[in-house]
Amino acid sequence: MEENLVNLTIDGVKVTTKKGTTILEAAKEAGIDIPTLCFLKDINEVGDCRMCIVEVEGRRGFATSCIQTVEEGMVVHTHTPNVLEARHVILDLIISNHAKDCLTCTRSGNCELQALAVKFNVLDVEFPGEMTKHKIDDLSPSIVRDFNKCILCRRCVAACKNVQKIGAIDCINRGFESCISTVGDHSLNDVNCTNCGQCIEACPTGALHEKETIQDVWVKLKDPDAYVVVQTAPAVRVALGEEFGMPIGTNVTGKMVTALKRLGFDKVFDTNTGADFTIMEEAHEFVERFKENDHLPMITSCSPGWVKYIEMNYPELLPHLSTCKSPHQMFGALVKTYFAKREGIDPNKIYMVSVMPCIAKKFERQRAEMKNEGLYDVDNVITTRELSRMIKQANIEFEQLEDSTFDNPMGEATGAAAIFGTTGGVMEAALRTAQDILTGQDLEKIDFEQVRGGEGIKRATVNIGGKDIKVVAASGLANAQKIMEEIKSGKADYQFVEIMACPGGCIMGGGQPIKSSKIRREVDVRKLRADALYSIDEKSTIRKSHENPILKQIYAEYLEAPGSYRAHKLLHTHYVERPKYKIMEEQKG
Amino acid sequence: MKTLEEIHKIREEKRKELDLRVNTKADTREKHILVCHGTGCTSSKSPEILENFRKILKEKNIENVRVIMTGCFGLCAKGPIVIIRPEDTFYSNVTPEDCEEIIQTHIVEGKIVERLLCKDIDGTIVNRLDDLNFYKKQKRIALKNCGVINPECIDEYIAFDGYRALERVLREMTPEEVIETIKASGLRGRGGAGFPTGKKWEITKGYQADQKYVVCNADEGDPGAFMDRSILEGDPHSVLESMMIAGYAIGAIKGFIYVRAEYPIAVKRFQKAIDQAREYGILGKNIFGTNFEFDVEVRLGAGAFVCGEETALLESIEGKRGQPRVKPPYPAESGLWGKPTLINNVETFANITRIILNGAEWYSSIGTETSKGTKVFALGGNVNNIGLVEVPMGTTLREIVFDIGGGIPNGRQFKAAQTGGPSGGCIPVEHLDTPIDYESLKTIGSMMGSGGLIVMDDTKCMVCLAKFYLEFTVSESCGKCTPCRIGTKRMLEILEKLCNGEGSEFDIYRLEKLAVNIQKASICGLGQSAPNPVSSTLKYFREEFRQHAIEKECKTLECKALSKITIDPEKCKGCGLCQKHCPVNAIEGEAREKRVINQDKCIKCGTCLTNCPFHAIGN
Repeated sequence: MEENLVNLTIDGVKVTTKKGTTILEAAKEAGIDIPTLCFLKDINEVGDCRMCIVEVEGRRGFATSCIQTVEEGMVVHTHTPNVLEARHVILDLIISNHAKDCLTCTRSGNCELQALAVKFNVLDVEFPGEMTKHKIDDLSPSIVRDFNKCILCRRCVAACKNVQKIGAIDCINRGFESCISTVGDHSLNDVNCTNCGQCIEACPTGALHEKETIQDVWVKLKDPDAYVVVQTAPAVRVALGEEFGMPIGTNVTGKMVTALKRLGFDKVFDTNTGADFTIMEEAHEFVERFKENDHLPMITSCSPGWVKYIEMNYPELLPHLSTCKSPHQMFGALVKTYFAKREGIDPNKIYMVSVMPCIAKKFERQRAEMKNEGLYDVDNVITTRELSRMIKQANIEFEQLEDSTFDNPMGEATGAAAIFGTTGGVMEAALRTAQDILTGQDLEKIDFEQVRGGEGIKRATVNIGGKDIKVVAASGLANAQKIMEEIKSGKADYQFVEIMACPGGCIMGGGQPIKSSKIRREVDVRKLRADALYSIDEKSTIRKSHENPILKQIYAEYLEAPGSYRAHKLLHTHYVERPKYKIMEEQKG
Repeated sequence: MKTLEEIHKIREEKRKELDLRVNTKADTREKHILVCHGTGCTSSKSPEILENFRKILKEKNIENVRVIMTGCFGLCAKGPIVIIRPEDTFYSNVTPEDCEEIIQTHIVEGKIVERLLCKDIDGTIVNRLDDLNFYKKQKRIALKNCGVINPECIDEYIAFDGYRALERVLREMTPEEVIETIKASGLRGRGGAGFPTGKKWEITKGYQADQKYVVCNADEGDPGAFMDRSILEGDPHSVLESMMIAGYAIGAIKGFIYVRAEYPIAVKRFQKAIDQAREYGILGKNIFGTNFEFDVEVRLGAGAFVCGEETALLESIEGKRGQPRVKPPYPAESGLWGKPTLINNVETFANITRIILNGAEWYSSIGTETSKGTKVFALGGNVNNIGLVEVPMGTTLREIVFDIGGGIPNGRQFKAAQTGGPSGGCIPVEHLDTPIDYESLKTIGSMMGSGGLIVMDDTKCMVCLAKFYLEFTVSESCGKCTPCRIGTKRMLEILEKLCNGEGSEFDIYRLEKLAVNIQKASICGLGQSAPNPVSSTLKYFREEFRQHAIEKECKTLECKALSKITIDPEKCKGCGLCQKHCPVNAIEGEAREKRVINQDKCIKCGTCLTNCPFHAIGN
């Protein structure tokens, strides 16, 4: 044990820490916060920006504290005049080539570069000069790239290339002309981007952000002819509070509903209800396929980044994908049919807004398949971040709001639906329903601990009615790729596979509040948000989707049964083989 | 496959046959016409010369004369070079049309073709290469076989002790003994930084791993440097053999050589060397009947300067964007694909076989206390003898520039020499007597570098020189770390301001502040040394910077915005030659009158300066 410990001194403070610890982490243990910019724990540890440099006695030049590890007897100084001057110069140089339009930047107030400029009291740029100029790329329905704000930290590249194994973006050109771009310097919309948005979550500045569409919502809210309905995804309620300074993992469902009502939505519904429909349809689809041994394993389809990924990368496996639409699409379809009919509203006048933790949903809602009778299921998708801006713009003091509940008749949902927002949650929810269908019983064992937790791949064998079912839940597209390769090569013997594009699931989606590198280093954001969802599930009185009374009612009144003709028309979809690069499509003619 | 006995036989027979290459008194009726096939001479039609010789010999039915391609002889400025052995007659600036005369006069009639002999700087006509001042102070170790053997023929290499060092190492020495020998020799890395080679081998050997690699860095990129290219073109097997010795010493069975694709001849010859060595069973398994196995692959670089930095080079071999890694860990611990990797430069390897064969003591007797052996320099710029030179460490800059290089052409004065290329610094006239070794160069603010040595005369502006090197670094920065990516760009912008007369004294201060911080904070050697050309010119030519910044004046004609050409009325005799030659009619004045330059029209081309017979025009 002893030999695994290292003793060192940082700024005069004696530190004993584990071997292999970086100087940055060791300093943190000693209460010293060394500034970083390109560093993103476990994702981008490359030492590019040079902000974290420190002096180590006896060593030539500076040490890179974010990646270099501690050594016995090391004496580190983090704020000598030399270090401070170099840090000033580096920061100055970065700012000298950064569009300094903070007032009109979406990340103002939550920008790591801005925070450093404040910390170092940068009042003037000492080394101004030519700035690189880039065209803003806003052709994607999900992501806007403004590389005039890029500081080349490459956190986005690491997120895309290493975490997601997509590699849609990487560094092109050299030296001062270096910039992050795509194959052939095309728009992100025309290359192999899945719209997962992990790049946005990784970006320390405003170089990457979601395509904001709240202006359209404001217009519809003030339009007397429009009937504006909003639904909120499970993961939004456990993250929205962060935008108002509340602790990570605070469940703000009640306040959120109040805020949405104050904003003027005609109806405030819960996507969780849609999730219950998804479970009903998906569990039945699974049971059918399981009995018939038809295209097993069946793979979940509620993550639109994942769906685009499989369409581009494994089109031969598309028959394995569940035909179920994602919860908010199902819900949108039901609002414009069942609900409109029931309330006597012209579906043409309904404006369906989804608040999502996800920016791929912005792409998903525009898919040609997501239409019924010429109407889109969902008319606008805004992110958790965008909703927080609407609330702030409406002068609402969010923290002081009273709680209220979702509107009926489509406002009640189960605990199973709540956990949809985390990796393993869809699997667990589906298993709860599938085991009851398969056994014909109302089973009490409903917690499937094996598929919970933050691991990227969780394999389990569950026994239902004497039959072993092999399942796996994977989150993050790099892990998805591993599972797809297993299936493709015939090595896998799973029956049911859950995939979520974002590592950790929707709670860590590309539309969620952006956490700085420092927070991500110190706090397990995923776990805190996931715990909040599991707590909602635990406290729910109904924890199985098929026991949701609203579902029973709508199936009885309108849809008849899971998998019925109408259910298929409204709640199911199909997929297309998609070229990774638009240029390939064009070449094909 | 050849057995060891067969290789010994080849050596013995071939050596006898090739004695005339090194022995002017060789007992033979044969003659060898050696035609340089280095890149320089090749571009001046040496392959055509070789073909012509062969054709004429055939037409004339001359026997006992062979025409051989060789590597570089060194005196590139006089190329294409042809040497006839055993008499060792040295013909320079040969054209394909000269072949007929050389065969007829030299071979058939036995007379020297006087007009093709080389004239030394002092005007003496030189018959033999070794009689040139250019060669007198040189000592060829790394370049020993260059210009002697046909680099595309393994038998010729074997004849001159080729693969004897490997045989000795594999059959008589333990890896530890090999490393001890290299350590005792005092050899230091020739890539520029001068890390002790034996120590590097020892450290790499010390790391345990299932796989280790030997990498030869042949990504020579300094502007004007061509030492490594010449070695690979002239003696590729010596580098290959040394890589194998290194593999044996550190416990690696796989090697890579990373060569720039812009060196097609070097690439071709090295690949040929690998193929031949494989064919002879010298590369492969059970080499020379031992358990040792080794193989080498060529990897081409796409011309990025930063890929000469060892970790960027490794990234590039791995197929990634060529940009450096943060050190430590050093490649010796975690290199290619995370495995312990030994990286040495071409010239370093070229010394290894000689050290093994001649002993550490012999090698360490050459050079200075801390810098042993010789160093190859690519001598260029404003110097008479442009070419490749190999001198013992400790030779002074004055000896290289004036004795070997033949001094400054056109009667100009020496102003400075730049060593170490864009990473190095300039050496002013007051340090001409500095002995060339790692420490001395560092003390005076320059560095050994890989061996580029560019001489500048007094027509060169030092601010422009700094700007030139910064332009190079800015365009070659990989863009990974902030100080190098943006900092060097800002330094260049400031230098441009100074050269355009838009600078101020504050800009000099800003230059220095940037220089210091870029040096300290950059990730790799490229960034850390990028400001060197500025720092060293500022150190020795501060006054010139000051003149640019404050007086808005450049004493040379290089900064057009700041230079002014005037005619001294005292000296002008009114001959009108300047007026006649001025391309823009900027010189005014009637016949036999003193002339005046109209500054509004003058483009500062300097034509009048060179045409004035009375030195009346100055700047």
